Amino acid sequence: MTWEPHIFKDLHQIPREEHVFPGTPLCAGCGGLESLRLASKVLGSNVVYVNAAGCFTNLAAFPFTPLDASWLYTTMGSAPAGAQGVRDALDVLIAKGRLPKEEDVKVVVLGGDGSTYDMALSSTSGAITRKLDFYYFCYDNEAYGNTGVQLSPATPYGARTATSPCAVRHPAGTMQEKKDIFEIWRAHKPPYIATVSPRYPLDLEEKFARAAQYSGPKLFLAFAACPTGWLFDPAYTPDVAKLAVECGIWPLKEAINGEVVHTYLPKRQPVEHYLKLQGRFRHLFEPTVQTDAIAHIQERVNTYWRDVT
Amino acid sequence: MNQASQMMTGNLAAAWGARLADVDYVPAFPITPQTEIVETLSKWCAGGELNARFVTLDSEHSMMTAAGAASATGARVFTATSSQGLLHAFEVLYTVAGWRVPFVLVNVSRALASPITLEPDHNDVLAARDSGFLQIHAETCQEVVDSILMAYRIAEDPRVCLPVMVNLDGFVLSFTREPVVLPEPAMVHEFLPPFRPAHLGFKASAPHALGTAVVGGSIYTYFRHQIHLASMNGLAVYDEAAAAFERICGRRYAAIDGYRLDDAEDVLVMTNASASKGKAAVDAAREEGRRVGLLRLRLIRPWPAEAIRDALQGRRAVAVLDQNLAPGQGGILFQEIAACLYHEALRPRALCSFIGGLGGKNLSEGEFRAIFEQTAEAGVRGKGIGPVLLYTEAEHREMQQMQYLAHELKTGR
Repeated sequence: MTWEPHIFKDLHQIPREEHVFPGTPLCAGCGGLESLRLASKVLGSNVVYVNAAGCFTNLAAFPFTPLDASWLYTTMGSAPAGAQGVRDALDVLIAKGRLPKEEDVKVVVLGGDGSTYDMALSSTSGAITRKLDFYYFCYDNEAYGNTGVQLSPATPYGARTATSPCAVRHPAGTMQEKKDIFEIWRAHKPPYIATVSPRYPLDLEEKFARAAQYSGPKLFLAFAACPTGWLFDPAYTPDVAKLAVECGIWPLKEAINGEVVHTYLPKRQPVEHYLKLQGRFRHLFEPTVQTDAIAHIQERVNTYWRDVT
Repeated sequence: MNQASQMMTGNLAAAWGARLADVDYVPAFPITPQTEIVETLSKWCAGGELNARFVTLDSEHSMMTAAGAASATGARVFTATSSQGLLHAFEVLYTVAGWRVPFVLVNVSRALASPITLEPDHNDVLAARDSGFLQIHAETCQEVVDSILMAYRIAEDPRVCLPVMVNLDGFVLSFTREPVVLPEPAMVHEFLPPFRPAHLGFKASAPHALGTAVVGGSIYTYFRHQIHLASMNGLAVYDEAAAAFERICGRRYAAIDGYRLDDAEDVLVMTNASASKGKAAVDAAREEGRRVGLLRLRLIRPWPAEAIRDALQGRRAVAVLDQNLAPGQGGILFQEIAACLYHEALRPRALCSFIGGLGGKNLSEGEFRAIFEQTAEAGVRGKGIGPVLLYTEAEHREMQQMQYLAHELKTGR
């Protein structure tokens, strides 16, 4: 089954209006911020962003905010519960006639992978089970980035982080496999889940536009290429974001009411093309090539696509 | 006032407080001994007696976040917890106080693990004393419902804008039925205006950011100090609320509650439901000729230092009975009482610290007698004692028997 965009077929259709303005304290080349910028073009400004502790906490630093929407910083483990409180209160106040309907706002959780994959999992699971009408935007840079790039449950096999160094006993660095948060979410049967990459803006915009049709939890896993943590020049963020998809490492997909559709079928370049761009994988190539580790990563990608296509 | 009283538990009284306050939102999570409160509210929300949304969250951490977030959105919010639940939400207590959101949290006191237990003491609620929440500690079921109404008025006052915690003792009060007069809705309406905050709420037409990060200690200091100033404003706001409550509902609750203090040489300081036992012990001691009285601390945050000084200056000796234990230090409230009396020229000749009632342990007549005797001696001597643990020989013999039993079961000998 081939996936076709219905709304966004041409780059010119992407709204020119900005809702995330320049001049944030985030790192140059932040792939997460670029995804948020593109997402906000569909979400608009009638939004309250409920933020979990993570890199995006730096977005709103008193007295500045780069957003033309509202903001509530919560904790690392409970942003979805914050979204629950805001959404419920908005509903109650509108029902009781204390807030005009036109003042309603969308509730959007912002969480990094550290919050999303582990600490806030209880809170997220609860919110999905309660069918909370909200968006969850996870900027996944595959590490605890804001604290200096330590191993998170989203860190993939073979990546080097500050707490999973390459060492004699584990020369590949990270030994774990990346947790499959998409499937954990899908097991909760929310109406809409998608992965996105900022290098595929039409795909991204289409997904946010589609999700808007559904009431309930709408979950987005955004590939957040991270120059600071992954050790590449910020100029290469688009290349890293593109190759993650083209090598089959970051599948672009959505699940509407649980049914998974891959929205882009890459020709699947060898994973080395993606790995070689990043310092976090350099130890796989220097001083000696870790053939087994690279083959393991390739094999995992092959297995994934064999199972889904 | 022609109002009939009805028998109800402290937990039911707490639920009535929320109902009479006409709250909009109740985020909940069950924990003994608080659960009866949220069970009751869930029935009322489902049955329409209370026009509020009731939601069970996945943890107290989430529950407290949802409570703060809903309050920040402009809803009147009530929630309740106990013990481990309060500590599970600990991070959020500080967070929502910083948001300056005026909701009410009932804590039903229960001692903390380990060892795990269900019975009351005050290490849970006092652990939260520095969070920014105001704290009112109740002695009776009547006081529970009245304090919740007062708590909303104080929290929502523009001079305060902080969450308020109302504490009641688990089991001793939560599951004990006492006669309670429920204020008439018209009285409540007069005492507690509807919640229509101008400064809170997430609206499409007026985006704003709450809980933003700060860079630099001076900005942080400014905002944290604002919380302190607002809490201190709570002293006057509390007194106004108490006066208004007395005028409308006929019951007066000062920040501190003095019992037979007028001519008392020695004063025992207590909090919460056990103060009722303390008052009975004062009566008994008076019959034996001791001039003693009791000071119950009701408002713990903000700390009513002035009122406490007025009540305790010129006494021979003061004993503080802490139902909590700060390991490595002693009684928590003893330290605060001592600190606020230090500069008083007429400060008591002796301050005595007693630790009792931990994990629901009984406070016996004998223990109170010992407190009064030892406090009087300390007053004569001019030198305080403590911390003294209230723990009898008979109790220790019982403990030793259990230790022998545990040893036998383990070793087979």
